[in-house]
Amino acid sequence: MFSYCVEPDTLEGLTWLSCYLTTGKHMGLYTSVITVLVLLAITAPVALLFGFGGATAARSHFLPLRWFGKGYSAIVRGVPDIAFFMFFVIALDQAFEWVRHQVKCPDWPDAIRQGNDFVVCAQAKLPLSTAPEWVHNTYAFFLAVLTFSIVFGAFAANVLFGAMRAVPQAQLETAEAYGMTRRQTFWRILVPQMWVYALPGLSNLWMVLIKATPLLFLLGIEDIVYWARELGGTVNARFTDYPHGDWRMWYFLALLVFYLGFTKVSEVVLDKLMKRLTHGQATAGGEAQRRAKA
Amino acid sequence: MKKLILSTAALALTAGIAAADVVRMGTEGAYAPWNFVNDAGEIDGFERELGDELCKRAELQCEWVKNDWDSIIPNLVSGNYDTIIAGMSITDERDEVIDFTQPYTPPDPSAYVALSADVDVEGGVIAAQAATIQASFIAEQGWTLIEFATPEETVAAVRNGEADAVLADKSFLDTVAGMDGLVMLERMESIGGGVGMGLRESDGELRAKFDAAIQSMKDDGTLNALIAKWEVASQW
Repeated sequence: MFSYCVEPDTLEGLTWLSCYLTTGKHMGLYTSVITVLVLLAITAPVALLFGFGGATAARSHFLPLRWFGKGYSAIVRGVPDIAFFMFFVIALDQAFEWVRHQVKCPDWPDAIRQGNDFVVCAQAKLPLSTAPEWVHNTYAFFLAVLTFSIVFGAFAANVLFGAMRAVPQAQLETAEAYGMTRRQTFWRILVPQMWVYALPGLSNLWMVLIKATPLLFLLGIEDIVYWARELGGTVNARFTDYPHGDWRMWYFLALLVFYLGFTKVSEVVLDKLMKRLTHGQATAGGEAQRRAKA
Repeated sequence: MKKLILSTAALALTAGIAAADVVRMGTEGAYAPWNFVNDAGEIDGFERELGDELCKRAELQCEWVKNDWDSIIPNLVSGNYDTIIAGMSITDERDEVIDFTQPYTPPDPSAYVALSADVDVEGGVIAAQAATIQASFIAEQGWTLIEFATPEETVAAVRNGEADAVLADKSFLDTVAGMDGLVMLERMESIGGGVGMGLRESDGELRAKFDAAIQSMKDDGTLNALIAKWEVASQW
């Protein structure tokens, strides 16, 4: 990185550290921080959308849709995360490739399943084996976002389902008395008021999601915990210009600070959001706000 | 017009052939000197150099992929990459699920590293990486085994007293013995049948290509030179 980094073993102190912390290997760590943040930024709204869909389906008057909504949140919440991440993703990937195979190579003579092997024609591979590395990485990232969203969407569905039921019945009855249709009652009365009941549960989910990101490595994406373990491990002078002993403690300490800081920031933001949502609501919090003003 | 169609067809055909020729090589990247991530963040080591040379001889275009050891076989059979080249010993158990090329390093004894030279391995707690020949060896003997996901953690377990000794390939332990008071025991275990490349059982053609390339490197002595350079094993 810097011009003085040519012979690291002659360096000392901060200059050595500045070279050490800017090796290509460390760049992998910094990239993974961004990967994790981007994953969270995309997964959170998508999971919320899945959850909203699931909760709405679970309330539906159409029986199969209700079954789907209830089944989704019950089944996905019941399967251990680690099992879900190990097997579901491979199955999902194979399902995509299977469909592409049926479309692109209908004349393929061989079976797709050959013993343990899953073989599709070269054109059906996802991504193509000729694709550059970044395409493979983006595809893996897309699978990760989808898997995280399905898992956390199921929990969010349960939270939102409960929140929808917590909205006082009198509000809905009043809406009906004013002649609103079911759809109008849902969008104008129920949805705006349910968030205050949903937020405590959703903020819990957000914290759990932050801590679940190390599962990314199961999906072949290098996350911060992987790099901390990799970079902190002992390296022999034979294989590096920057030999050191077992420094994992320091790397994990940095991770601790990162996660705690992230959690703190989240808490502050969620508290502000809670205050805003409570405003004017017929809850204990809303009542307290009104009294404080008066 | 006909010419245009013909040449497009030819182009499509050659493109198809080129597409088939990219081989994705899966490795762990945490097992120096076999495979590891170097300062530049790239995969390096004996198997990187060997793999690149094999691909050159087999006239294949190769790309490197890093994968966790635990899921390295499921991801191969599912088609996420085409070969495993990760210091994987050829065993009957693995051979039932995947196929191996001929070995590129001869069978070598596995060694122990401990904090003192007079550790009783049979009565003590032995660390090994999960899903390795060493782990199944200790389990078969009925000794006390603790498994870890990465090689680094097995050594750390000895250093902090969680395990009395670690059993692993001698070439890997050579890189840690002598540091932090770790010593290599005299006792060795002859397990495993050499290290080879793993491929899907349905990929017979690719296996034949790599087999031929390994044979040609054995014949002209370049493989021995590479083994000596990285000190990974005994020579052929």
